[in-house]
Amino acid sequence: MAENQDKILEEVTGSDYKYGFTTDIETEVIPKGLNEDVVRLISQKKNEPEWMLEYRLKAFNHWLKMEQPEWAKLNIPKIDFQDIIYYAAPKQKPQLDSMDDVDPELKATFEKLGIPLDEQKVLAGVAVDAVMDSVSVKTTFKETLAEKGIIFCSFSEAVQEYPDLIKKYMGSVVNYTDNFFAALNNAVFSDGSFVYIPKGVRCPIELSTYFRINATNTGQFERTLIVADDDSYVSYLEGCTAPQRDENQLHAAIVEIVTMERAEVKYSTVQNWYPGDKEGKGGIYNFVTKRALCKGDYSKVMWTQVETGSAITWKYPSCVLMGDHSVGEFYSVAVTNNYQQADTGTKMIHLGKNTRSLIVSKGVSAGKSQNSYRGLVRVNKKAENARNFSQCDSLLMGDQCGAHTFPYLEINNNTAKVEHEATTSKIGEDQIFYCNTRGLSTEDAVGLIVNGYVKEVINQLPMEFAVEAQKLLQISLEGSVG
Amino acid sequence: MLEVKNLHAKIDDKEILRGINLTVKPGEVHAIMGPNGSGKSTLSSVLAGSEVFDVSEGSATFYGKNLLDMPAEDRAREGLFYSFQYPVEIPGVSMVNFMRTAVNEHRKYNGEKPYTASEFLKLMREKKKLVEIDSNLTNRSVNEGFSGGEKKKNEIFQMAMLQPKVSILDETDSGLDIDALRIVANGVNKLKSENNATVVITHYQRLLDYIVPDFVHVLYKGRIVMSAGKELALELEEKGYDWIKKQFED
Repeated sequence: MAENQDKILEEVTGSDYKYGFTTDIETEVIPKGLNEDVVRLISQKKNEPEWMLEYRLKAFNHWLKMEQPEWAKLNIPKIDFQDIIYYAAPKQKPQLDSMDDVDPELKATFEKLGIPLDEQKVLAGVAVDAVMDSVSVKTTFKETLAEKGIIFCSFSEAVQEYPDLIKKYMGSVVNYTDNFFAALNNAVFSDGSFVYIPKGVRCPIELSTYFRINATNTGQFERTLIVADDDSYVSYLEGCTAPQRDENQLHAAIVEIVTMERAEVKYSTVQNWYPGDKEGKGGIYNFVTKRALCKGDYSKVMWTQVETGSAITWKYPSCVLMGDHSVGEFYSVAVTNNYQQADTGTKMIHLGKNTRSLIVSKGVSAGKSQNSYRGLVRVNKKAENARNFSQCDSLLMGDQCGAHTFPYLEINNNTAKVEHEATTSKIGEDQIFYCNTRGLSTEDAVGLIVNGYVKEVINQLPMEFAVEAQKLLQISLEGSVG
Repeated sequence: MLEVKNLHAKIDDKEILRGINLTVKPGEVHAIMGPNGSGKSTLSSVLAGSEVFDVSEGSATFYGKNLLDMPAEDRAREGLFYSFQYPVEIPGVSMVNFMRTAVNEHRKYNGEKPYTASEFLKLMREKKKLVEIDSNLTNRSVNEGFSGGEKKKNEIFQMAMLQPKVSILDETDSGLDIDALRIVANGVNKLKSENNATVVITHYQRLLDYIVPDFVHVLYKGRIVMSAGKELALELEEKGYDWIKKQFED
């Protein structure tokens, strides 16, 4: 059996990354390195107003004083921030009046990724903002959404068109002083998506941003800001891939969500950045700050993430439960294989009365990977009757990987009720044999068992995404037996 | 169809099967009986393809093909079914999904098109009725939280779905009350035809009142020491296994 397992693990680790191709397109890049001039240059490229540049410079100067954090259970090779290109844009006509104006090469790239940019071809019910390297290529269904007063556009466009909203909400959840990577993002961010859902509007279609890194030696620093006004609802999806390259590439993003009274935002991610090769060479370093502020009473934010890619993942989508009766939920599947490392989890900060949070985290580790759950539940003094339930499960495949759980609880109000459950298990040989005797190959059996194990989380994803996520899990883990 | 010759198998250098000979033909029902530790369960799991045991000697062929060379899933796809003494739970995987995958894997192997969802559901309804299984069992996760009886019924349901040529039922009667036993046995009998065969492994004669064997074999210390018709089971019930032990003491 042991020999067989090795063979299967070998096959799994050998399975190819489907999105490793590069697009041959003329790209405008600025020189490597980071200094005040680079920040100014990016701002200038984007034709930004003075206040935006000032904001960037404040962040940059703060970043200079900060050190890269080392508390995570990650082995992060030294990142040379002067060896990164901070702005790369596919060259195309500046004004896009219709789909015909999008460079055919770009269109082809996104089609290959399963993201058609022609509205006729788009999956029914999903609007897409496609971001390649540092710029947004195309946002679909903008006009349809505008009829309901919904704003869905690239971040650069929002800075120009809706400066008041941006000034009001940008940095209101994740301040530029928040952490090292957030400060960096604030200084050099290039694009991303902006969403505003007006009062009482239920967004009729799923909104989605698709991030693609293409250019070499380039970092991607995008930011997303979602504001859901009173009684509104939106479901938002995020997908990401990158070409297969030998060098590591940095992705440091910020996502901010603000929900007002009774508003609800559902944010789903299927993260499939290039994870590096079998020997651990290459792959994306993914350092992302995602946070939601449940500002209004009875508001709700739900994070769902399926993390299969990246060489290193450092990511803690969090909820600040400020409004009374507000609710934060976090559902996560993190899969690591080969030499991947993930340190991921959430923070639930209970400030308002009767706030509730739920954490369901499922880690799957295979190969020589390390997979950590890190989560904080904080109940502040005035947060009467706060409730939290956390469940953290780890599944191990093989005997060379690691799974770790770091739950932090800070409870300052004795009416709080906080529960934490954690399990660690291995895929049972008896489960696999049972499937074998029913005619399922070991690969299929493992896929089935893992999909069963993560079902609670996958069920939270919108339909099309759930199917994609299941396929992705099957590919990344086919047959890793423990 | 199933031909086992001089089969030896061991685990950690301990020999458990010490030369098994068994020939099963279409339409037949065989019962394999024997005291605890005689190797009954080992025999069935070795035939089903468990890699826990090492086969050190002998052969097993299934319709002329070398069974021992095939991985467990191919044995299943060739038409060998193994009903577990202790069916395994797979949380989060619905029976419907599990069976649909299994049935379609069988079909793919045999060069047939996979069933569409509606064809599959129709098949499932028929088989559920045939083996008298509650419809809510198939909506639950594979064996998760099933009672002992439900698990065994579920094994027979899977057997009905996969329509095997030879079924090996390992201690299907253990842990069943008399009503559940009757339902399980009825299911097995309904699935019986002149084209398939059943090998029933059991401790007790009780099951054989319901599933009537053509042959009864007594397994003791890794060998089949006695084979006869169904009357042998009754004789064993009356005299106990000590009778065998005395005769075949090494």
